[in-house]
Amino acid sequence: MSTSNVVAPSSTSTGKNGRPPIRAGAKRQRAQQSRWAFYLIIPTLVLLAVVIGYPVVSAIVMSFQKDAGLDPATGLFVQGGFAGFQNYAHWLLQQCQGPNGTTISCPPGNLGSTFWSAVGVTFFFTVTTVILETILGLWFAIIMNRAFRGRGFVRAAILIPWAIPTAVTAKLWFFIFSVAGVANALIGARILWTSDEWASRFAVIIADTWKTTPFMALLILAGLQLIPEDVYEAAKVDGATTWQRFWRVTMPLLKPALMVAILFRVLDALRIYDLPQILTGGGGGTGHATTTLSILVVDQIRQGFNSAAALSTITFILIFLVAFIFVRFLGTNVVRTQEAQQKGAK
Amino acid sequence: MTTVAGPAAATAEGNTLPRPTTKNRSKARRRNQGVRTGIQALVVVLWCLLPFYWMVVTSFRDVGYTNDNTPWFTHFTWDNYATALSTKLGNNLPGALLNSLFIGVCVTIISLVVGIFAAYAAARLDFKFKGVVLGVILAASMFPGVALITPLFQLFTNIGWMGTYQALIIPEISFALPLTVYTLTSFFREMPWDLEEAARIDGCTQAQAFRKVILPLAAPAVFTTAILAFISSWNEFLISSQLSSDRTQPVTVAIASFTGSQPHQEPYTAIMAAGTIVVVPLIILVLIFQRRIVAGLTAGGVKG
Repeated sequence: MSTSNVVAPSSTSTGKNGRPPIRAGAKRQRAQQSRWAFYLIIPTLVLLAVVIGYPVVSAIVMSFQKDAGLDPATGLFVQGGFAGFQNYAHWLLQQCQGPNGTTISCPPGNLGSTFWSAVGVTFFFTVTTVILETILGLWFAIIMNRAFRGRGFVRAAILIPWAIPTAVTAKLWFFIFSVAGVANALIGARILWTSDEWASRFAVIIADTWKTTPFMALLILAGLQLIPEDVYEAAKVDGATTWQRFWRVTMPLLKPALMVAILFRVLDALRIYDLPQILTGGGGGTGHATTTLSILVVDQIRQGFNSAAALSTITFILIFLVAFIFVRFLGTNVVRTQEAQQKGAK
Repeated sequence: MTTVAGPAAATAEGNTLPRPTTKNRSKARRRNQGVRTGIQALVVVLWCLLPFYWMVVTSFRDVGYTNDNTPWFTHFTWDNYATALSTKLGNNLPGALLNSLFIGVCVTIISLVVGIFAAYAAARLDFKFKGVVLGVILAASMFPGVALITPLFQLFTNIGWMGTYQALIIPEISFALPLTVYTLTSFFREMPWDLEEAARIDGCTQAQAFRKVILPLAAPAVFTTAILAFISSWNEFLISSQLSSDRTQPVTVAIASFTGSQPHQEPYTAIMAAGTIVVVPLIILVLIFQRRIVAGLTAGGVKG
């Protein structure tokens, strides 16, 4: 791309603008491009710094401040002040403030004591939904990659769950999972899908899998379409069975695209909020069966900004760590894979 | 493998290994294959459509037969749509639709106007730290909204912005702008840039070439990106549910908090009608621009 840029002007426009000879021209053009790129990109970076950078920095600052409130010993209203790692200890170690500035372990019912349960629920949702969505999405994608009559119709239908807002999806499944609803009618049981501890978790998983599998299928399909037909031909000629072709040809070639799709899904699933919040009222079961980290942050906001800021910072770091592990240890190269996909799509 | 089976069998989309000893057997096999693919495709279609179909069926069912559970239209009525759109029960779906439209349009326009330049640079120009910049923008699009909500909640409370439109529009730029830049970049990479060169040879400056040649060519890509950004804003719930007021709440929040005439009775049929009202325009839009949306989603889109 860049080479054609550099070569082209030399042939025709040397004399016109009094351009210097080819080599210097190329150099100057690159410098000029860099300057242009800077001007073009700086508004985006500034805007992102305002809408993301500023809140993140201020959340970190806030997380080291005490929440203003009543002192448990004196009953007087006290201003915040520097808190050190107190807010983090509150979440990670379930430490609450006792009388006279002592540290006690949080009583049950305090949001601090639900932190690890929320971490567990969030990771449970993430692992189960991503595994289900990957397997089903792979299957959907393989079907859509075949040539058959009505393929266009299938590819249109697959966009519908994606297009429905999660809030509407949640209400729809809330109705399907109501006690006298169609889910119970189909299986002939009376399961309390939105309030029983495990049933409510499965309700969230089922609804999320329904909504997101098609999106996963589209991402995987884009990867499948990059695999050239002749590779399969060669495998066939060599006598590979269907099963062998899938594991020895499709999977290795699909792996980069698949890993990127899984990474995106994992990061998306770790911040799940809408579905459990609306479908099970953010609780389900004993009140915390479906409380994810995002729900916990929102619950905490009205009980103290600074403590909520510490929790949201912990959540952010957790998600960042997961992304880091993916990219570093599983060799997921997002930018390169996407560029390869775009080149392939051409 | 003496029978290489000719191109006919080779191009069969099939999964089975074609080992055709006679012509007939291969034919039967292929028909079998077709039937199996058809059944699987049907499963995919039913998966995608059945819950949506159920929402539509329920939205047309008389409220007295909410749990009828008959799989086709029974006790047909339009009443639920009247209930969904009425403001007598404390709901305001028409207002929420307008709010979502307004917020979505603002978010989309701001993201496009700013992002289009960055996308052009990322797709076209060669510069230092390009990979870093693209990485930052991609990371921004995966950023958890919940990490923004606490400081924004405090900030907007302090400056009196709670429940205003700008309090909803500004945070949504945090995911709409990276989405826009990423999708547009991938579209821009595929465009016939030779035309730009031709324009430059004819004496256009780079800016002129961009405005007169590239922009008209890029219009479909920009339009698709606009749809994706708009949908992402339209579907947003977490930030809106915390920072909006009754006056500014978007449809997702309105539907989540939809109330009926009885205090402890969920008005299912009316909610399904409200859901249908919210979803059908989106689905029409998506089906019309199906091909381009899939291209945008898979190339640059990262949001579900």
